[in-house]
Amino acid sequence: MAATVTHSPAEVHVHDEHGHDEHAHGNFWTTYIFSEDHKVIAKQFLITGMIWALIGGILSVLFRLQLGFPEANLSWLKPLLGGWLTAEGKIDPEFYLALVTMHGTIMVFFVLTAGLSGTFSNFLIPLQVGARDMASGFMNMLSYWFFFLSSVVMLTSLFISTGPAAGGWTIYPPLSALPQAISGSGLGMTLWLVSMALFIVSSLLGSINYITTVINLRTKGMTFTKLPLTIWAFFFTAIIGILAFPVLFGAALLLIFDRSFGTSFYLSDIYIGGEALPNQGGSPILFQHLFWFLGHPEVYIVLLPALGLSSEIIATNSRKPIFGYKAMVGSMMFIAILSFVVWAHHMFVTGMNPFLGSIFTLLTLIIAVPSAVKIFNYVTTLWKGNLIFTPAMLFSIGLVSFFLTGGITGLFLGNSAVDIQLHDTYFVVAHFHLVMGSASFFGMMAGVYHWFPKMFGRMMDNRLGYIHFWLTFIGVYLVFFPMHYIGIAGFPRRYYTWTTFETFSGFADLNMLVSIAAIITLSAQFIFIFNFVYAIFRGKKAPANPWNSNTLEWTTPRLPGHGNWPGEIPTVYRWPYDYSKPGAKDDFIPQNVPYSETPESNFPFENEQIKLELGNNGAIVVENKKH
Amino acid sequence: MTSEFRIVEEPKQPLAMNAKKFAMWLFLVSVGMLFAAFSSAYIVRQAEGNWVDFSLPSLFYYTTAIIVLSGISMQWAYFAAKKDEFGKVKTLVGITAVLGIAFLVGQVIGWRQLTESSIYLVGNPSGSFVYILTGLHGAHLIGGIVFLIIVLISAFQMKIHSKNLLQIELCVTYWHFLGGLWIYLFVFLILNR
Ligand code: HEM
Ligand SMILES: [Cu+2]
Repeated sequence: MAATVTHSPAEVHVHDEHGHDEHAHGNFWTTYIFSEDHKVIAKQFLITGMIWALIGGILSVLFRLQLGFPEANLSWLKPLLGGWLTAEGKIDPEFYLALVTMHGTIMVFFVLTAGLSGTFSNFLIPLQVGARDMASGFMNMLSYWFFFLSSVVMLTSLFISTGPAAGGWTIYPPLSALPQAISGSGLGMTLWLVSMALFIVSSLLGSINYITTVINLRTKGMTFTKLPLTIWAFFFTAIIGILAFPVLFGAALLLIFDRSFGTSFYLSDIYIGGEALPNQGGSPILFQHLFWFLGHPEVYIVLLPALGLSSEIIATNSRKPIFGYKAMVGSMMFIAILSFVVWAHHMFVTGMNPFLGSIFTLLTLIIAVPSAVKIFNYVTTLWKGNLIFTPAMLFSIGLVSFFLTGGITGLFLGNSAVDIQLHDTYFVVAHFHLVMGSASFFGMMAGVYHWFPKMFGRMMDNRLGYIHFWLTFIGVYLVFFPMHYIGIAGFPRRYYTWTTFETFSGFADLNMLVSIAAIITLSAQFIFIFNFVYAIFRGKKAPANPWNSNTLEWTTPRLPGHGNWPGEIPTVYRWPYDYSKPGAKDDFIPQNVPYSETPESNFPFENEQIKLELGNNGAIVVENKKH
Repeated sequence: MTSEFRIVEEPKQPLAMNAKKFAMWLFLVSVGMLFAAFSSAYIVRQAEGNWVDFSLPSLFYYTTAIIVLSGISMQWAYFAAKKDEFGKVKTLVGITAVLGIAFLVGQVIGWRQLTESSIYLVGNPSGSFVYILTGLHGAHLIGGIVFLIIVLISAFQMKIHSKNLLQIELCVTYWHFLGGLWIYLFVFLILNR
């Protein structure tokens, strides 16, 4: 099986394989709109995700206005909110619930699932494993357009007269099942379900493609142990998605039948205005089981890609190999497996058997172990590195910080006894906004700053990046840290107003502080948007490898064309973290540099590896190299 | 231009299987998860009591036999394609499609039997679950029949032969999956009355 021709990766071949040329031929529509190129699709996901993030952020500021300034007159918002303001200029209480619901749905699914995985899995998987494109460009395009359709439906639901879904992003029945319960449970909820069904299809198409590409389309030499951690993270994320999203689909389908066809999967013994509903024999707890079987893995679908991106960025900008590569992969795998057996920690107060509660407490607390391993490895990678504080690096370090502060409160919540006090309070809100919302958002931002040069061929402005980082970092802590206190005091989440309760009126100042911080944090995002848009058109032209990074995407030209590499796909000889290797000429050795070219820095076992390979399959190849 | 001898180690192409087949398997995994979710929902709900008992339509035994037969004819069609027996491929894929439609008709008549014993979609979840499980399986089977028709058209265009088996292989995989899924569902429903 000895190969006859080998190429030194250093030389670029002039002759091209047909079928992929530098510039995609085609008109505007096939190039930018219905493109099958993974890089274009990634950008489509990114831009759509950013628009959603902006909408979701504005919704959150609206309900923070209500919480922070309950007495304020908001009639200046009339042009935006119209009939959703009461005569006294207050937000309508039902609309408040709709705002919370849509904020959660948009952020969890449209921004941090589609916007994050969709952007970076699409962009980086083919580039980092060394493939011309995804396994199926067509499926990939479908994935985006299903997401787009789903977005259109969800957006439409914001503007209908009965208002969008209002039962919380977890859409617990019977609230979400009965239009009599709240006006959002009418047409708004129907649109929510349709939109989510489309979303699930999009997500499954994407995940199937990601896994297939990682397994089948790796370039020569790209063994699993040479994969960058980003790819491992996307890979596990996609597997979790394939296993978890169909369950949400099932849960939603039964809800659809309950809502529209009169079945009673989730409904039983309900009286409205003294009249009993005909539904008998259903169980709302059943919905919670099905929902959280997706819901908990979903939080890791949101977090793992961010962890992968930050691993890569932290190693690059510490100029050090990632500490404990195998432990990083192992802990991600462990987290992925455990994420399927802890769902009932969201249901401790549903009257479950206390013994079952203890089992889920135990399983939940075990997740802290791989999480701690990851934090430990980030810190040891940073330790004594030659740190380069690019904005991407700062956002990655911010992620580690949030992952830690938010993860610790998870340990409190994971205890079934402690959770009785904390469940459904602002403590939970603080927990998941730090560990999931902020950590993943920072991972996404880090990814945008870091890979922007490869996406658009230009550099974003660093100074604006620093301002964006510090405002957001401090803002996020100011928003979410006080919520721990409010939550421990027992203040429940999703309450429109609290001034009528004597106990809680002491928190008026704190709530005002949180709201002001939220407004500042949202405003800071406009700095980013300006930076992003400006850099696309006017940014400094980027070099092909601006961060002196090792992974394959940086071996492509400044603006990789269709097919990614103009010549042959590079071959991979080493892992992606050869930074500051003792003896090496530079402080980085890209993955496509063979050991035989770096005798000065090889470890003894790596020299062995050359001999071994040569001995085993006789792949000694003598090649004419032109100078 | 000087010539220089260089020694370069040769990494191997990583192991890979056909991407389409692999994607098909992943699709089957996600469909499997959907039915796994319903199975566990069924068990959880049943354990809570208030569960109406009834017997499954007798017709389901016949439809089970039909789908097993269709699995055999499909496999046979695949063997024929491997041996380039074009006529046989067309007949056998056609037979499979007809058996698939017969299965669907049988399921619908099975539903009629259910309504005759006053088990409707709307009512106690024990009955609703039977409708949902069989209905969802039927929906996937309609997809399978569409796929069979596409294969049949390719067979008439002489596009299926021993050197071009991918399409029929995918179809065989999906069809066997649907057959296996039905047998699983049927046994599951019999055991969990
Ligand atoms: C040390 C690890 C963690 C533990 C022990 C833990 C534990 C918990 C528990 C017990 C709850 C339920 C609280 C309640 O509703 O009363 C909860 C809620 C939540 N957690 Fe965590 N968690 C951990 C890490 C994470 C991570 C890494 C994420 C996301 C990336 C996350 C996202 C969430 C979300 C979104 C919710 C709230 C969902 C809702 O009710 O709306 N958690 N967590
Ligand atoms: Cu959870």
